[in-house]
Amino acid sequence: MTPAPQSFESAPTVSERPSLVFGLDQPLVTDGGGIIAPLTIGFETYGALNAARSNAILLCHALTGDQYAASVHPMTGKQGWWDVLVGPGLPFDTDRYFVICSNVVGGCMGTTGPASINPATGRAYGLDFPVVTIRDMVRAQAMLIDRLGIDTLFCVAGGSMGGMQVLQWAASYPERVFAAMPIATAARHSSQNIAFHEVGRQAVMADPDWRGGRYLDEGVRPEKGLAVARMSAHITYLSEQALQRKFGRKLQARSAPTFSFDADFQIESYLRHQGLAFVERFDANSYLFVTRACDYFDLAADYGGSLARAFTGVKTRFCVISFTSDWLYPTSASRAIVHALNAGGASVSFVEIASDKGHDAFLLYEPDFFATTRGFLESAARARGIAPAAAARP
Amino acid sequence: MTTALKIAPGRFDLAVVADIVEPGSRVLDVGCGDGLLLQMLERQKQVDGRGVELSQRGVNDCVAKGLSVIQGDADTDLSDYPEDGFDYVILSQTLQATQRPRVVLDNMLRIGRRAIVSFPNFGHWRVRAELLLRGRMPKTPNLDFAWYDTPNIHLCTIRDFVELADEIGAHIERGVALDRAGAPLRWKAPWPVMNLFGAQAIFLLERGRETGRGAGP
Repeated sequence: MTPAPQSFESAPTVSERPSLVFGLDQPLVTDGGGIIAPLTIGFETYGALNAARSNAILLCHALTGDQYAASVHPMTGKQGWWDVLVGPGLPFDTDRYFVICSNVVGGCMGTTGPASINPATGRAYGLDFPVVTIRDMVRAQAMLIDRLGIDTLFCVAGGSMGGMQVLQWAASYPERVFAAMPIATAARHSSQNIAFHEVGRQAVMADPDWRGGRYLDEGVRPEKGLAVARMSAHITYLSEQALQRKFGRKLQARSAPTFSFDADFQIESYLRHQGLAFVERFDANSYLFVTRACDYFDLAADYGGSLARAFTGVKTRFCVISFTSDWLYPTSASRAIVHALNAGGASVSFVEIASDKGHDAFLLYEPDFFATTRGFLESAARARGIAPAAAARP
Repeated sequence: MTTALKIAPGRFDLAVVADIVEPGSRVLDVGCGDGLLLQMLERQKQVDGRGVELSQRGVNDCVAKGLSVIQGDADTDLSDYPEDGFDYVILSQTLQATQRPRVVLDNMLRIGRRAIVSFPNFGHWRVRAELLLRGRMPKTPNLDFAWYDTPNIHLCTIRDFVELADEIGAHIERGVALDRAGAPLRWKAPWPVMNLFGAQAIFLLERGRETGRGAGP
């Protein structure tokens, strides 16, 4: 029952990666009244901060994303989740901007979460970890940005749950955000969104190996439950059209149905694979906490029910992006954000990108998405007086 | 570094509109297309410009150019804008394609202190002649559509427009008619004459006491 002395995280750690520790004197007080201290924040950076400290971009990752936006994932060996947009010469040009991406509080990739050691007990937090909100995630990011000596972020960008953080940044710290890109997101979680998350959580909790959240103490992991949660969630990230095109009714390595419950269909095999790959890298309790954070997100509720009031007088320039086939965070949710920004008098662009790839489109190369992101960032950089990449090179 | 702006053929009204706008004002361009007018206004008049555009292609072009443009519809989305958000609301060559031009105009003068509207004049003598002499639905360089596929569902003449402005209680501060070559008609003529010789018209409207109130969706 004694904690491992040398390692702060009991989940697989990536200790050689940058992280910052906020001690007991700098607790993160959560919306729910919980206190997280000490707090470790794992993060990655790309590019260099300029002398004026004016070129910093914060990328906010989605539900099961992490800080490895444009670097090889230390556990899976896969390319970064936004490799198509972040890098030298790409829209988030790392020759021009200083790009920061941190793991959210409640996560499991180096930032304190339910798998971290609770200093009060010496064991993993488990369900004793405070229920965190999107605003708590943003508070933790602001602590990191402070520590890095950055006053104003040139841009905050992210999709899905990352987009919620972008909106929260603009509402909580409007003077610290020059430009904002909320992508494939919503200002509040819909009933349908909450419903899908609840299915996932119940799948985790129904696994006998979940052990009331104390599985780490007992040396087991609720892999089956978490895999089912991932499988059901994965369906929501894709469009019906994309699924049909990719898998149709094709059979998996067989010429006829087996009249069994094997994975006869390719889609079954694919989802099982997605579930298995996910449990390799993600902590089950973390999944409960980050899905909960999304469910509680309702930005307007914090402003007397008026989303416009959240953005009144905001000087930030916004670029809101949605995708036609995204039924998880549909265009109507983005339009609601745009209407509120307009009503608040904010500077806003809005583009609906035609794509049949569903919610996941924001992680993929879509030419119009690429061009919009580049155009928006370039014009914002001009307005901010950030030197072009060519001039910045030695 | 800045490249010259290419003005589409026939869009003589853009220069006139750009000329009317006072430097440094807040401008909303409704139906901004690929953002040409907004670019002209930002460069020549240093305006704080915003746009609304229906077509996906147009919006993407605008945002890629760094303009603040949202995808939307003049008929349905103007009601979402708060009162007095802009100094000018511009509707260039779009009025005739809206479902409810009167509601659109009302909304424009609610959102902005002033409205600038340009439209092809259906009272031009050539249009009249087409119908009178040839007995055909008129096709002109400004209105180059067959009757069965035209997006222009609410065409009007200069006189019609003046009457509508009067009806919604707007004050006409300026009215310019352009001839077919795009030159403003030089002589100060009464509306019936302008209506006969103007190929397009540009109006600067100001909110009257009754305008722009109670225009609902």
